[in-house]
Amino acid sequence: MSELTIRDLHVSVETEQGNKKILKGVDLTIKSNEIHAVMGPNGSGKSTLAYTLAGHPKYHVEGGSIELDGEDVLEMSVDERARAGLFLAMQYPVEIPGVTVTNFLRTAKTAIDGEAPAIRSWVKDVRESMQNLRMDKSFAERNVNEGFSGGEKKRHEILQLELLKPRFAVLDETDSGLDVDALKVVSEGVNRAKESTGLGLLLITHYTRILRYISPDFVHVFVDGRVAEEGGAELADRLENEGYDRFLTGTNVG
Amino acid sequence: MSVPVTSAKPRTEAPLDHSKIGSAQHSAGGLGLSPVQTRSERFAAYEVERFQPARPTDAEWKYTPLAKVEPLTAGELDGGSYEYESQVQGGASVSWIARDDARIGTAGTPEDRASANAWSSFERALAIEIEGEDAAATVARRAMGGTARAAHLVIEAAPNSRGVVVLENTGGALLAENLEIIVGDAAELTVISLHEWEDDAIHLASHFTSIGRQGHLKHVSVTLGGDVVRVNPTARLGAERGEVELYGLYFADAGQHIEHQVFVNHDAPHTTSTVTYKGALQGDGAHTVWIGDVLIGRNGTGTESYEQNRNLLLSDGARADSVPNLEIETGDIVGAGHASASGRFDDEQLFYLQARGIPEDEARRLVVRGFLGEVVQKIGVPEIEERLDAAIEAELAVTP
Repeated sequence: MSELTIRDLHVSVETEQGNKKILKGVDLTIKSNEIHAVMGPNGSGKSTLAYTLAGHPKYHVEGGSIELDGEDVLEMSVDERARAGLFLAMQYPVEIPGVTVTNFLRTAKTAIDGEAPAIRSWVKDVRESMQNLRMDKSFAERNVNEGFSGGEKKRHEILQLELLKPRFAVLDETDSGLDVDALKVVSEGVNRAKESTGLGLLLITHYTRILRYISPDFVHVFVDGRVAEEGGAELADRLENEGYDRFLTGTNVG
Repeated sequence: MSVPVTSAKPRTEAPLDHSKIGSAQHSAGGLGLSPVQTRSERFAAYEVERFQPARPTDAEWKYTPLAKVEPLTAGELDGGSYEYESQVQGGASVSWIARDDARIGTAGTPEDRASANAWSSFERALAIEIEGEDAAATVARRAMGGTARAAHLVIEAAPNSRGVVVLENTGGALLAENLEIIVGDAAELTVISLHEWEDDAIHLASHFTSIGRQGHLKHVSVTLGGDVVRVNPTARLGAERGEVELYGLYFADAGQHIEHQVFVNHDAPHTTSTVTYKGALQGDGAHTVWIGDVLIGRNGTGTESYEQNRNLLLSDGARADSVPNLEIETGDIVGAGHASASGRFDDEQLFYLQARGIPEDEARRLVVRGFLGEVVQKIGVPEIEERLDAAIEAELAVTP
């Protein structure tokens, strides 16, 4: 049983207009086997939370703490966080020209495990996961994210989630840009990963659509850099019907 | 990967007098002189005396450290034979040929003073002949020494032949040379020129190529070692349906100057050219220069052409100059394009790889290997590809 604890987190981001405060005191605790959905209107700080957890250099932690089973995550470099068991499925994965998916996956797996995977079982695992995500075999020989469609990029992120077996995964708007079929395939992949490893999930989304396929245990509504309301899956249903309007009155969200 | 730090700009030439072409290279700067309008009108001659001394204002010397190469542009050159090792396979042969051999001078004429100096000085030329279907030749030069030297090579692929020629250059050198590549009708030739010189080597090379009807040349220039290395490949597509692929891969360390002036001349209908040069720079004073000229002449109807240069700057204090030029004299072409980008290491790529547990230094290596790997993959000779991967790995292991 693992626990990821975020306490009173304050984060600012570098913009062309200077430093901008985005997160203004976030508290969140996620345990193994739990699914937490973070929802909220654009600009509420959802993606900032995701990138801060992963350690993107653009985001500055001004206060608060992030701990993984008592260890200080904020002290860790980006790669140390990944090796400690954190995973971020990105909204906009970047292209790495000249690096094949096969090479990339094996390099990442070796880095995470601290040793190269046994070739035969690894090749089999990769092939199975790709089949499950309805990815063509030729995919393995393509360069990472180069010329991938939106849906292919997201499948590739979830493929990594399945193969790298993190303790906690943050999915940053994984549902955006996916048609219904792709959304189903990707969601099945996430559920499979949770089933097999018992990882804890933080699902960041604007829409409730993906929650039909991945059912959350907890829902947190982000407004203006804070958690404005928390509840169970029923809160998502309410948002589906009402939208974010009732949270926005009186606040000034650009 | 591309915040351009050097810009692509339209061609600028040192002014030369058209009326004097063929008599002697005219000095620049006088009143009433008009600039050379097309690349093909640049002064060319075999005799070194007909060239003016190399000056920093000359288009062909503008970026080159002239003081370092002076022994080759202005000094006396030893044109005698040198030691080489060769391995041949199938219908390939390597031998010395006389200066008056009919093939010499068929692929091109020197366009700069060092090239003409080498041409005027060499005593015998080394000829590599390719015949039959699966010919292969490797010529290794490992002891060219520190004396200023001239060399001349001829590679001839017989009509309908298919072969691979590898030129390996290691050790020290102070060398000016010309290489003529003659690709016969419907021949398919790969020439791989590896420059892995010692740190103090100075090498100025001009590669001239003539390509027969439906002939195909793949030319790869790889430069990893040397103080100043300048390789200028010129390919004239003067017969119908000729095709040329010119690839370059280079890695410049602190203080190293690596330069390529590439010229493709589409001078017959339905010819095709692809030019891809990629380089990495690391360390203070690492300098690379790429000038890519493509000329689609009036005879070049149906031409298909694309040239690109990409540079990856891995540290501060490195400089990449990149100048693509395209001249088109006929409207009837299939396509012509060019691109140039020189940029710093992409932090978002680094973040993505690190977010997958890969440590920073390994992530950087992965990105650089991937960047240069695109050219390595074009070589098509597995042993050389593997060796280059290892050589790039070794370059990256040196901390800037």
